[in-house]
Amino acid sequence: MTSDKSKLGFFLLLSPLLLWLMTLIILPHVGMFFVSISEKVGVRQYETGFGNYAVFFNEPLYWNTFARTAYMSIAATFLTLLIGFPVAYYIAKLTKGRTKTTLFLMCLIPFWVSELVRTFGWMILLRETGVVSNFLQYIGLVDGPIEFLYNDAAIMTGLVYTSMLFMVVPLVTTLDSLDDSLIEAGYDLGGNGYTILREIIIPHAMPGIVSGCIVVFMLSLGNYLTPILLGGKDSLWFTGLIYSQFITRFNWELGSAFGFLLLGLSSLIVFVGLKLSRQSLTETMGR
Amino acid sequence: MNFKYTCSALAIFAMSATAANAETLRLLTWGGYAPEAVIEKFEAETGHKVEVTKSNNEEMVAKLRATNGGGFDLIQPSQDRIAGAQEEFGIYKPLDLSKIDTSLFIDSMLEATKGNTMMDGKVFAVPHVWGTSGLVVNTKMAGSVKDYTDLCNADVAGKVSYRLKRPTLIGFAFAMGMDPFAAYGDADAYQGILDKVEAKLIECKANVKTYWDGGDEIKNLLRSGEVIASMAWDTGGWQLNADNADINFVAPASGALGWIDTFALPSRGRADEAAYAWINFVMQPEIAAMITSEAGNFTASKGGDAGVDDALKARYQTSFPQEAVDNIKWYPAVPAGLEALEGAVLDRVNAAQ
Repeated sequence: MTSDKSKLGFFLLLSPLLLWLMTLIILPHVGMFFVSISEKVGVRQYETGFGNYAVFFNEPLYWNTFARTAYMSIAATFLTLLIGFPVAYYIAKLTKGRTKTTLFLMCLIPFWVSELVRTFGWMILLRETGVVSNFLQYIGLVDGPIEFLYNDAAIMTGLVYTSMLFMVVPLVTTLDSLDDSLIEAGYDLGGNGYTILREIIIPHAMPGIVSGCIVVFMLSLGNYLTPILLGGKDSLWFTGLIYSQFITRFNWELGSAFGFLLLGLSSLIVFVGLKLSRQSLTETMGR
Repeated sequence: MNFKYTCSALAIFAMSATAANAETLRLLTWGGYAPEAVIEKFEAETGHKVEVTKSNNEEMVAKLRATNGGGFDLIQPSQDRIAGAQEEFGIYKPLDLSKIDTSLFIDSMLEATKGNTMMDGKVFAVPHVWGTSGLVVNTKMAGSVKDYTDLCNADVAGKVSYRLKRPTLIGFAFAMGMDPFAAYGDADAYQGILDKVEAKLIECKANVKTYWDGGDEIKNLLRSGEVIASMAWDTGGWQLNADNADINFVAPASGALGWIDTFALPSRGRADEAAYAWINFVMQPEIAAMITSEAGNFTASKGGDAGVDDALKARYQTSFPQEAVDNIKWYPAVPAGLEALEGAVLDRVNAAQ
């Protein structure tokens, strides 16, 4: 009797999750998969086959774009980690009480406005007649206006800024759980700052680093607005390709195939990353 | 007494009749085509409600394709996006011309649009707003730009912008002395034209500051002086001209590209009565003039240009002397499948270093 009741409770609690997964994730993907394996042979005529996937591998443009998107995302992830780690360490270890809450909140505040607004903010700062360019001219560092927008560095800035929070939060959580006495013990045993970072702090923070990296990498790879708006004419990004296949080319078949390739290839990159860092997904996500 | 009863009964009957007939018109259109003032007048006059969604050509087709022609009751794609999209996706339904007051339309435009959107003897669209795209140039700083290909000149390097979309391909093809519209029916000939345009656009890429996407984006770039010559719509140029007399729309030497945005019914639209009422309402000359003042473009309404203010008329006449009007290249219907060829070219141009 009790077991029946608890079973019922279990399924009732599970049902929102199942409903979510089925209706919003699995069903659309099944539909998209069927679209992706139908090749267009004429007006309103379709055949089943993997031709759309072949297009990706036969046209260097598409996999070059994917490779570019992937390595830019990886670079953005590393940059975010490099900037985010000291920030997280400072918040978790060197501050207490209200200061800690305030600093944490300050990391959060930019995310109260939408991504579009934040990106436009960067455009106002970086454009040729924008704030940074005018300031540099004002203090006499440069003679003419400088264009900071429409290049890879601008995309990188936008990506790192957009995903900073998602790196800092898991890092703060794992660093918080590190007992200060371990660091003191390290100093007592004659370690210096570098060895303690390498031997104690990083190994302890590894699950946080890995989960932060996975989230940031996925967000960058799937980002659409930032690369398109900040990148200008060189803004080749894989999600942009998918968008244009769906919307401007009316080619849903190829767009769906690209969507699946993005899903598969990004999962592969995360898998390789986990293997290289010798972490397992359960350990990383379970913390 | 009896009279009073009849009156109130009649009034109630009339009220319930309007209530039964009142529909919600879900209109998918461009920015500026359904000004607030026009909607209020229409709602007061007919009792129908109007819900406006703003979009562009590609999104309109994509949205209707996603719902198999549902979700909207009246849409306004350009006339070249009717026949091909209908053949491919079946998202429109034929118009009942007897419900449209055709005497409100400029005859030549009505006939042209009917011909362009005819399939199996059925008409799928009637014209509403027309305009052109060509060049918007800061005449003081980029006086040398007279045609699309002049955007690749060395003296405007780094200060040029255009869209990475099909009008750019078409415009460059005309400026390079080819006729892409004549090759619409012949995929191989069209590919030949596209190959040449592709080479030119890749060569020209170094000149481009950025490829613009939205109307506001290019207006900002031109207003700030970051871009001094661009491919853009005539209205954008005229709006900028009102703020800065140096900037104006220039009809390119090889011809401005003319488009006509139409009225079409989605295949699963539910409020056809309201849709026809809206068409007949906005084509009245005085309403058409209100829309022209808002959108900046002229309409296919007979006498609709009379109520338009003189400043806009003057700008139109500066940009379009008679020979430039005669030289406008009107978009013919895009055959199904052409977008795939163009898409590949645009992707390669985007990827070129």
